[in-house]
Amino acid sequence: MSILINKDSRVVTQGITGKTGAFHTKHSIDYAFGKQAYVAGVTPGKAGQEVEGVPVYDSVKEAKAQTGCNVSVIYVPPPFAAAAIDEAVEAGIGLVICITEGIPVRDMIQSSDKLRHSDTILVGPNCPGVITPDELKIGIMPGYIHKKGNIGVVSRSGTLTYEVVHQLTELGMGQSTCVGIGGDPVNGLKHLDVMKMFNDDPETEGVVLCGEIGGSDEEECAAWIAENMSKPVVGFIAGVTAPPGKRMGHAGAIISGGKGTADEKIAALQAAGVHVTENPSDIGTLMKSVMG
Amino acid sequence: MKIHEYQAKARLREYGIKTPEGVPCYTVDEAVAGAEKLGGNFWVVKAQIHAGGRGKAGGVLLAKSLEEVREHATTLFGKILITPQTGPQGQEVRRLYIESGVDIAQELYVGVVVDRSRRCVTFMGSSEGGTEIEEVAASTPEKIHKIFVDPASGMRENEAREMCVNMGVPAQAVDSATGFMMALYTAFVEEDASLAEINPLVVTGAGEVVALDAKINFDDNASFRHPLWQELRDTDEEDANEVEADKVGLNFISLDGSIGCLVNGAGLAMATMDIIKLYGGSPANFLDVGGGANAEQVTAAFKIMLKSDQVKAIMVNIFGGIMRCDVIADGIVQAAKEVQLNIPLIVRLEGTNVKQGRQILSDSGIQLITATTMSDAAEKAVKAVAQQ
Repeated sequence: MSILINKDSRVVTQGITGKTGAFHTKHSIDYAFGKQAYVAGVTPGKAGQEVEGVPVYDSVKEAKAQTGCNVSVIYVPPPFAAAAIDEAVEAGIGLVICITEGIPVRDMIQSSDKLRHSDTILVGPNCPGVITPDELKIGIMPGYIHKKGNIGVVSRSGTLTYEVVHQLTELGMGQSTCVGIGGDPVNGLKHLDVMKMFNDDPETEGVVLCGEIGGSDEEECAAWIAENMSKPVVGFIAGVTAPPGKRMGHAGAIISGGKGTADEKIAALQAAGVHVTENPSDIGTLMKSVMG
Repeated sequence: MKIHEYQAKARLREYGIKTPEGVPCYTVDEAVAGAEKLGGNFWVVKAQIHAGGRGKAGGVLLAKSLEEVREHATTLFGKILITPQTGPQGQEVRRLYIESGVDIAQELYVGVVVDRSRRCVTFMGSSEGGTEIEEVAASTPEKIHKIFVDPASGMRENEAREMCVNMGVPAQAVDSATGFMMALYTAFVEEDASLAEINPLVVTGAGEVVALDAKINFDDNASFRHPLWQELRDTDEEDANEVEADKVGLNFISLDGSIGCLVNGAGLAMATMDIIKLYGGSPANFLDVGGGANAEQVTAAFKIMLKSDQVKAIMVNIFGGIMRCDVIADGIVQAAKEVQLNIPLIVRLEGTNVKQGRQILSDSGIQLITATTMSDAAEKAVKAVAQQ
């Protein structure tokens, strides 16, 4: 078991003919069961082409009808990315993973509203994607650092997640699934949603939660953990040294009106029984000691 | 992105929102001429800086004659205003806005933000105009009224009206205030704002609803559909290093510590700053070189960091994913040679092609301290600074 994706997922890449879409589709196909999983690509006006042996269709609807794809990954440029999410939702794709960074918040508010009235789950945008080690990689993360196992990872960041995964793998702790929920203020799945999935996943025995300044997702997740979580959670919050009012790279990583500080988040997680470390180099060893 | 009050008011007037008559100016003579042109017998001379809290810092002055306008303008031009939002170094006043005085009967507060959890635009209104919303939220939260705007339907007139009544808008002004709310919502959405604050929104003696102050921040991600923003941007209000970094596509934020950081990825960059502090040092900056940094960008980043005498060491922390360690190592070597680095350089590489990357560094002949983990790198960087 795993969450969200596995080797039986069938993936369509939206924006497959673009440089980024083609590059990452190739690397994802080369990983584990990627070849059987990546069944379609979409770029309007480019139907009939092939990219890395994957047939290209004009629309997600057409791709779904022809291939039965049930997961979409989006590499479409920011001005058109929200419309690509809407298209996947309208086509009835169950899971949409949006990698694109730089989508206007206004567009995401409108797309979120359509999502709310659908059965589609969105991961991202502005995220590295989702990987279930040794099964399927959907996104831009380096596949080889991962190892199959029992630790779930959920994070708002890309490279910080790779850092965590690398530590876990080096210490012999594999991962069930790693989910990058993205660094934008308005996004799809939040820490809380992914935490619930890990709690329900029999294969996941512990979870690493990486958060950062801005918003209150980590606090909301902490409140749920306190009441419901049956597995150990190790937490790290980036941005203890971040000044208020400055957007720290990610659009969502900003302390505004004194809210969304790392200290508040750390306190909330600790109060919920999460094992929090302030040293990002120690996340793996802390998980090791917690798992015994 | 932030803009000035006078620019925000100009944008809001496009949506039918009433503001006092005003003239932006860059010199004392322009200020006096502006006041004369506006006419009337009292004016407000307002410092235009991007930070809030100008009033309490002495940046907003009343003038009852043209002589007073001249006096106040002379005082304010070149003055360093220090407000809670500018930080201790303050911000120099380079532009003024001269406005006609308004006969104020009532002051209200209206703020608009994006609620991240609910994923919608949220209006906050309060009868406590002129006070910071954070103070009201802390002391009398019951005085804050909210509307969570349905993204599909937009702001509905009945909910806008209800909020105006709850905020204590007098009966004869409720229609105007409702119209203001509707217009402000349209402006917020169409202008791709990330924050709008009208504090105070006033009801005049004649029952008019006027935005006496206005603050608007834009969502940087939407700049592609707002060519006007290039004109509205005032780089004098931004950190010079940040402006320079922005030109070469680097995400840089100046801090006041002694260890420069060069990292790929925003989360890892923050974590790198944090671990420096954990080991007793202090970061000089936030820098995310992104997923595809090249030698030119690394060189530019080194140059920007080295501009400050405070920077006593540079710590590079790269986790290669798509960005390969050998490519970044080449960039580091080239940059270190070009800028003739004479402070300790601590490099931690991990991830894709790390062996080749480390080899390139050790073959380069440049002086550097290599580290294996983030802890190792931070410890070495802090030690390198302490030894100086």
